[in-house]
Amino acid sequence: MTGGIAPARAREAALLGAGAVVLTLGAGALLLLAGGYDPVAAGAAMLRGSVGSWNTFVSITLVRSVPLLFAGLAVALAFRAGVWNIGAEGQLYAGAVAGVWVALTFSGLPRPILIPAVLGVSCVAGAAWALVPTLMRLRLGIGEVITTILMNFVGIYMAAWMVHGPLQEERGVFPQTDRIVEAARLPTLIPGTRLHIGFALGLVIAVALAFMMRRTRFGFHIRAVGAAPEAAAVAGRIDPARIVFIAFLASGSIAGLAGAVEVSGLTYALYENLSEGWGYTAIAVALLAGLRPGGVVITAIFFGALRAGAGAMQRDAGIPAAWVDVVEALVILAVLGLERVRAARPGSDVREGET
Amino acid sequence: MSQIELVLFLESAVRLGIPLALAAMGETITERSGVINIGLEGSIIAGALGGALGALAFDGAGLGVMVGALAGLTVALVFAVFAIGLGADQIITGTAVTIGGLGMTGAVYQARFGATGTELSLPTLAPLAIPGLSDIPIVGSALFAQAPTAYVAYVMAPVAWYVLFRTPWGLELRATGEAPTAAEAAGVRVRTVRFAATLFGGAMAGIAGAHLALAHAGTFAENMSAGKGFIAIAVVVLGRWNPILVLFAALFFGAASALQFFLQALGFDLAYQIFLAFPYVLTLAALAGWVGKSRAPAALALPWEPHR
Repeated sequence: MTGGIAPARAREAALLGAGAVVLTLGAGALLLLAGGYDPVAAGAAMLRGSVGSWNTFVSITLVRSVPLLFAGLAVALAFRAGVWNIGAEGQLYAGAVAGVWVALTFSGLPRPILIPAVLGVSCVAGAAWALVPTLMRLRLGIGEVITTILMNFVGIYMAAWMVHGPLQEERGVFPQTDRIVEAARLPTLIPGTRLHIGFALGLVIAVALAFMMRRTRFGFHIRAVGAAPEAAAVAGRIDPARIVFIAFLASGSIAGLAGAVEVSGLTYALYENLSEGWGYTAIAVALLAGLRPGGVVITAIFFGALRAGAGAMQRDAGIPAAWVDVVEALVILAVLGLERVRAARPGSDVREGET
Repeated sequence: MSQIELVLFLESAVRLGIPLALAAMGETITERSGVINIGLEGSIIAGALGGALGALAFDGAGLGVMVGALAGLTVALVFAVFAIGLGADQIITGTAVTIGGLGMTGAVYQARFGATGTELSLPTLAPLAIPGLSDIPIVGSALFAQAPTAYVAYVMAPVAWYVLFRTPWGLELRATGEAPTAAEAAGVRVRTVRFAATLFGGAMAGIAGAHLALAHAGTFAENMSAGKGFIAIAVVVLGRWNPILVLFAALFFGAASALQFFLQALGFDLAYQIFLAFPYVLTLAALAGWVGKSRAPAALALPWEPHR
């Protein structure tokens, strides 16, 4: 199933991604014109707000790309295995809630223990959030698309309840938790900027996933099950249910990390509406990257820049920030459209074994 | 529960169930043709904004509903061009259409009414009491003194059932969803049927959205669809792809949602957010409990290309 959206070769994936970006920017400019805005001013504001200076790029664009990096990797892994995990948003909230709970409850622990505990528990929470749709698919045969989306709503309201109820700050004024202790905060990656080591952790996970996909038996099994589960079961003696189970939960735990890393690296507290829909943006991030972990690093930064630029666009050019969501949708549609055009080319059905 | 409370409960159950029923009924037809439109949420929110803008422009809620239907249909057209015309993956296309629909309506709303969202007051769809029927004790006013869009749902359920199971059109539609290649061999224009079924679903979702803005809220708010498109897709499964069962499943969900306000009013001390999560948890539980017994159209969600 995922054969159609995961190009066989890296070069092809890169070309496709670049083509999709060009198409999207063109379509986006036309839409802005139709809406009565000046696309040149919008573009200038966007560039200024995202890559205008070194500090803007590092402290705003890269910082904003961190949750997209984790969530994008989570989605890419799942889609590769033929698991339609649209639930990164809910898994992210589960991770954020669990992480902040650990940080607040065990605040006396020393940093070398507390930070791994925060991150580890958030992984477990993300996986637990993914477990419900996983079991519903494997035991009851219910497709995960709707169930993961429903779990997103449950996750968002669960987090909202936490910051209004059990985890609300001592003062009890705002819907947020108390700030977590120093020992639970991720150190800065580049001194003088807001970029924290969560970004580096995301890069490490990307490299590990890329290696796993290309060089390990398990990675081969994931690709085989994602491409054709029956064939994988018959010819490869692979148990698709086992692969789906592991890939789904692993995807959930990476998405869970996205939430905890954001809290312990940047906000230091859990708020209502922590995420700006990162779990959904992650789908565009993963698709634009051709579902390749290495590519996700680049596309996460691209979408981080878009989100950063959108803020400047709203301030400087008066263009509603909600346009970014339209751009995300256009990116996904452009990738799908170009992929279909590519597939329609004669002879392109022959796929390489290497993915 | 006193009798007055019961009547109020039933009224809000039906009012909350109607948008789900409208959207789910359209989606039933779409899915019967072999297409799952996850972009339904995008059609609903577009229908809500279209309904609001239409009602303002024409100073009438009835015309607003028409504009809402058209807006929902337009969003479904984007989905159809990619998912049916180009044969792209339906799940991902639908997700993109939902993201785009929510973003586009947000952008248009902010551009028109300011980023903070000035209080928008719309002409509302007044309840229309059916003489006689609305006088039935207890259930009468709940079922038959609703906004006119409710009667669209009541009438559509048996009509859709009849068309689906008793007419040649319905047979072609179901054949398209079960065995597109065989249907094609029998002379059915598979993609045309799927386009039509998808656009119909989009228009119905648009009416559902217009109902939200014009019969419920009397205003438009960003993201006011709040996942109803996804619950509607679950309602299709619970109603086993049968328009009449789908109507009952939607009303059941309306009752579940009404229950949250009711328990709150009756003084159950549970956090507000838990009540908000309740319909989604219930949907999950209902899917887990029911679905084993039903079967989706065989070709659902599978891209298909004509053989020439």
